[in-house]
Amino acid sequence: MKAEKEETVQQRPYSFSHHSIFGIEQLSVEDIQHILATAVSFREIAARPVKKVPTLRGKTVINLFFEPSTRTRTSFEIAAKRMSADTFNINASTSSTSKGETLIDTTRNLQAMAPDIIIVRHSAAGVPELLGRHVEASIVNAGDGAHEHPSQALLDMMTVMEHKGHIDGLKIAIIGDISHSRVAISDFIGFTRMGAKISVAGPRTYLPIGVEQFGVEVCNSVADAVKDADVVITLRIQLERQNDSLIPSLHEYSRFYGINSEILRGAKDDVIVMHPGPVNRGVELNPDVADGGRSVILDQVANGVAVRMALLYLVHGGERKEKVQEKQP
Amino acid sequence: MSGQNIVLINGRVIDPLSGVDGICEIHIRDGRIVAGHSRGEEVIDLAGKWVVPGLIDMHVHLREPGEEYKETIASGCRAAAAGGFTAVACMPNTHPVNDNGTITRFIVSQAEGCAARVWPIGAISTGLAGEKLAEMGEMKREGAVAVSDDGRPVVNSQLMRRAMEYAASHALPVISHSEDLALSRGGCMNEGALSTRMGLQGIPAAAEAVMVEREILLAELTGAHVHIAHVSTCQSVELIRLAKEQGLAVTGESAPHYFTLTEDAVRGYNTNAKMSPPLRSEADREAIIAALADGVLDVIATDHAPHSILEKENEFASAANGITGLETSLSLTLRLVRSGALSVKRMVELMSCNPAQILGVPGGSLAVGEVADITVIDPDVQWIFRTAESLSKGKNSPFDGMEMEGRAVMTFLAGERTLLD
Repeated sequence: MKAEKEETVQQRPYSFSHHSIFGIEQLSVEDIQHILATAVSFREIAARPVKKVPTLRGKTVINLFFEPSTRTRTSFEIAAKRMSADTFNINASTSSTSKGETLIDTTRNLQAMAPDIIIVRHSAAGVPELLGRHVEASIVNAGDGAHEHPSQALLDMMTVMEHKGHIDGLKIAIIGDISHSRVAISDFIGFTRMGAKISVAGPRTYLPIGVEQFGVEVCNSVADAVKDADVVITLRIQLERQNDSLIPSLHEYSRFYGINSEILRGAKDDVIVMHPGPVNRGVELNPDVADGGRSVILDQVANGVAVRMALLYLVHGGERKEKVQEKQP
Repeated sequence: MSGQNIVLINGRVIDPLSGVDGICEIHIRDGRIVAGHSRGEEVIDLAGKWVVPGLIDMHVHLREPGEEYKETIASGCRAAAAGGFTAVACMPNTHPVNDNGTITRFIVSQAEGCAARVWPIGAISTGLAGEKLAEMGEMKREGAVAVSDDGRPVVNSQLMRRAMEYAASHALPVISHSEDLALSRGGCMNEGALSTRMGLQGIPAAAEAVMVEREILLAELTGAHVHIAHVSTCQSVELIRLAKEQGLAVTGESAPHYFTLTEDAVRGYNTNAKMSPPLRSEADREAIIAALADGVLDVIATDHAPHSILEKENEFASAANGITGLETSLSLTLRLVRSGALSVKRMVELMSCNPAQILGVPGGSLAVGEVADITVIDPDVQWIFRTAESLSKGKNSPFDGMEMEGRAVMTFLAGERTLLD
């Protein structure tokens, strides 16, 4: 008891201070550690017979998805419901009327309904920030264009922590379509901030200009990137981009950039393989790996719910309120 | 009208075409500059001020007809006068497009009595569709001074060749919006590390230079005068430099935002820093300044592009391109003069003499007999640009709240004061 008290006095008291989550960029190492620790504490709720805690009772959470998504939306919805929040799903269209009017109109309408948290996904980068300027609710970015997907990076980090016990010093290979991937950007920022080394590989058409700015090593081949890796993350090839002349064919892509057990021989023996889903089996990931012992894809899904519970809990300010109450005599 | 006789005294007169730079008097009678005193002259003491030929902005969008909620010819001209401009040339991308003599005549008639001269620029192709030549002769007869499909390139190289040949036979310069649409497709800011970081699709600098080079090759083929609009990259500058060394009839302009800002202004998804071509890198910015100084670029033009919040308060990727410029151009250019990058004489050439010469319109000179279009500049006055106080209907400027030094304090249009100190 005594020792604990002394520690508290010496340490700068940490408090999570973000009203909204626009991206990993805004999060410090302390923030990330705190979110992951909070998520771990929420994970056991999924194992209970009654999977519900009253933490967000009476709070209104809106899932505002301008882009079709089943997995992420469902994950956020389950997270909110497990916290007893009232959740509403709005599947909005980005193209129904003339430019922009939809977004601003939707935003004002939402604000009038006084939500506490808005979870937003949009095909255009920067929309969460734009919304944040117009509403008082907390915004949680569920993916904006090719910008960021913070909850995905956090669940990736949580999954790596779970299997490796740490992130610092690990070698993480990220393979595939990086130039259109908000997951890659958020993973780059998050994992490097936590001390991991990242190597990337993919055809040049999939590597964005200036990818080096994230402190990642660009490798000429998948074999180089995967060599001695602790973690391999494969990214989804977006089949709808087939007409953009980015790769000659899926067949050729899978031959040169697909992850199979053969290429994984160069990685560490205990390598884990992750994928943000949904997997194009046989394209970026061979079925023998996707469904094999190294795959932790389903752990990612389970951790996704816990991470999203943690984010909703932390942005809604429950912790800060408790702190205020503690101070009251 | 034009009845007032005026003498401007004690001002520093800068008139590059006559080689004058010094304190001297300018006499105005019947709307023209005259040699000596007239009866009952109003005396205006301009001690500490600069007196220059009326500034001309050869690249503006006045939105009328069709988008009067963004700007009208009258409001655009008020903003022009406030910014020190006595004349503007307006691009044809109105609704309907200025691709025929009737629309040109409408623009000219709407401009009557406005605070600045308005020189219409006609379309190269009907409806700006890039398929068929517009009636350039008819438009010229009604007052058009150049042709351009500004806002979009002429994709079809054969049509551009024919446009240059045909425009040359009517002595109209062709103004090129140089952009390879296949390379720029989907892009909304400069391509580089920042676009990757922001998750926005980039537009490579090559998208501009590829088309600049095509225009230069076609200018060589046809002998026509091609003017490259809104040059934003160092590659384009180098291509224009080589063309000029070859003696081709190629001129070029850049805008104050390209020599003042870089892509960094886009951070925070600031749609008031979104335009086409996009803001580029620091190296490009420096190359533009050098090219303005050494003569590779001939003109500073604003690409004044007013929009309402309907187009701008928006997802960055789908927000409209363009910013206002008429009321900030002179002050931003004066920064280059203060830094020593441009001489005062060069500034006057870039903002008055050269646009007048390229478009073949009156102005750009304070010689006796010339029309009395005159701008008076206070180079030292401190002020803050606020879009809320702007006379343009468009409030879309990345310079809102910026501290400025120097501005126009008087403009004379044919001897009539259009901006009061």
